[in-house]
Amino acid sequence: MPLELYLDLFSQPCRSVYIFAKKNNIPFDFKQISLLEGEQYGEDFGKINMMRKAPAIRDGDFTLAESIAILIYMVEKFHTPDHWYPSDLQKRARVNEYLSWQHTGVRIHGSKIFWLKLLIPKALGTEVPKEKMDSALEDLDGSLKLIEEKFLQDRPFIAGEQISLADLVAIVEIMQPVGAGVDVFAGRPKLSAWRDRVKAEIGKELFEEAHERILGAQEMVKALDASKLQVFKPRILKLFL
Amino acid sequence: MPLELFLDLHSQPCRSVFIFAKKNNIAFEFKKIHLAAGEQYGEEFGKISIMRKVPVMKDGDFILTESVAILKYMAEKFKTPDHWYPADLQRRARVNEYLAWQHSALRTHGSKVFWFKAMIPILTGAEVPKEKMDSAMEDLNMSLKLFEDKFLQDRPFVAGDQISLADLVAIVEVMQPVGVGVDVFKDRPNLSAWRERVKKELGTALFDEAHDVIMNVGNLPQTFKDNGMLEFLKPRIQKLFN
Repeated sequence: MPLELYLDLFSQPCRSVYIFAKKNNIPFDFKQISLLEGEQYGEDFGKINMMRKAPAIRDGDFTLAESIAILIYMVEKFHTPDHWYPSDLQKRARVNEYLSWQHTGVRIHGSKIFWLKLLIPKALGTEVPKEKMDSALEDLDGSLKLIEEKFLQDRPFIAGEQISLADLVAIVEIMQPVGAGVDVFAGRPKLSAWRDRVKAEIGKELFEEAHERILGAQEMVKALDASKLQVFKPRILKLFL
Repeated sequence: MPLELFLDLHSQPCRSVFIFAKKNNIAFEFKKIHLAAGEQYGEEFGKISIMRKVPVMKDGDFILTESVAILKYMAEKFKTPDHWYPADLQRRARVNEYLAWQHSALRTHGSKVFWFKAMIPILTGAEVPKEKMDSAMEDLNMSLKLFEDKFLQDRPFVAGDQISLADLVAIVEVMQPVGVGVDVFKDRPNLSAWRERVKKELGTALFDEAHDVIMNVGNLPQTFKDNGMLEFLKPRIQKLFN
C-alpha cells in the first residue's frame, strides 16, 4: 500500500514533501486538501491530523504531521541517496541546523508576505497599512541575507557540494513571496544562482509542476469569493494586524 | 579536546543542551554568554556565530548553532542511549514531529509570555495592555492543550514509554513562563504528572540546577537597565507586539 500524502501545493511544506517523493520515485496517493476551501477543518482530515494542517501523511496505521519529520521519515524508510540527508555527522548537522532555524528564520516571514499582499486584502477588502508591509519585507530581507551569508556562503548548496533537504525546504519557502508578486531574486545574484542550481538538481519540470499553483496565486485569489476567507479573519487579526 | 558549549541558562534551548550533555556525561567547557549584558552582540561572540544567538557548540573547528541540531549531533557523536533519539523509524518520526512543531508553537508562545511579564513593564513603565496579555496567554494555553491532546495523549512520554529529546525540549520551554510566575501546571494534572516523570528521568538535582537561573529572574530587568540594553531592546520588543 503506497503512502497517502495529504497536500495542498499552495503550502510551502507541502511542496517540499511532494517534490521529494516525486524526485525519489516514492509511490504515493495524492490526497488534495484545499486549504482556502477550509478542507483541513473537515471531520475526515481531523482523523489524519488533529492539528488541522498540511502536509500530513498516512502510512498504513501510522499518521504523521510536520514536513521536516515527514521528509526525514521518507529518507529513512526509502533509503534515498545519501546527499539528501548525509550520514556524515557534520554534513548532517549543517542540514539539521538549517531545518531548525528556518521555521522562525524564514518560513514565518515568507508566509507573512503572502498573507499581507494577497489573502488579507481579499479577506478584509482593504490593503494592509504600509508600515506593516515594510516591516514584513524588512524581516524577509534579513532572512535572505542570512541564508546567503551564513547558510550558503561560497558553497554551491547549504551542506556543501550536493543538494540536500535543506535546499529543498529553503527553495519552497523562498518561492512563496514570489507567488505574491515580490521578486526576492531581483538584486540577489548569489541567491539566483543557487536557485538555478536547485532547479537543475530537482529537474525543471518537477520544480515548475510543484510551483504552478503558487505562481498562479495572484490570479486565483483575484477570482476567489471573499466570503470563503472569512473563516480566517480572527486568525488574520491576531497574527498579522 | 572537549566540546565548548556557549550558553546562558536563561535561554530555553541552552537548558536542553546543558541538561543533555550533563545527563549523558558528555565532557564540555561551559562558556557563559551573558545575554542580559548583550554579550551576544559583542565582537568576540560574532567570531563564533553571526547569528548572535545561543546555544552554540564548538567541536574543534566545527561550529554549530540551533539546539535541535546540537542535540542530534551529540546523540550521534557520543552514541547516547537509543531512547533519546530512537532508531525505530516511527518512534523517531514522533520525536521529529514534536521537535519541528514546537519552534513556532510552544517555544514562541512561552517566550512571548515571558517577555511580556518580565520585560515590558520595565521598558514601557507600564504593564502589558490586558488584551495583548490575554491574547498571549490564550496562545500559550492552546499550545499546552495541543501538547497534552496530541503529543502526549495517554503515553508517559512523547515518543512512548521512554523519555526522548522531545520531552527534554518540551520541558525547558514549559518552564519559561513558570519563571515569571505563570503556573502552567495548575489545573493540568496530565502535564504535571508528565513533568514529574521527566524530572525523575533527568534527576531532580540536574533539573533544578539547569532551572535555577530562570526561577530567580527577579533581577533581570534591572540587569538589562544597568547594561544599557533598554534602548537597544525597545524596537525588538515592539515587534513582539505584532
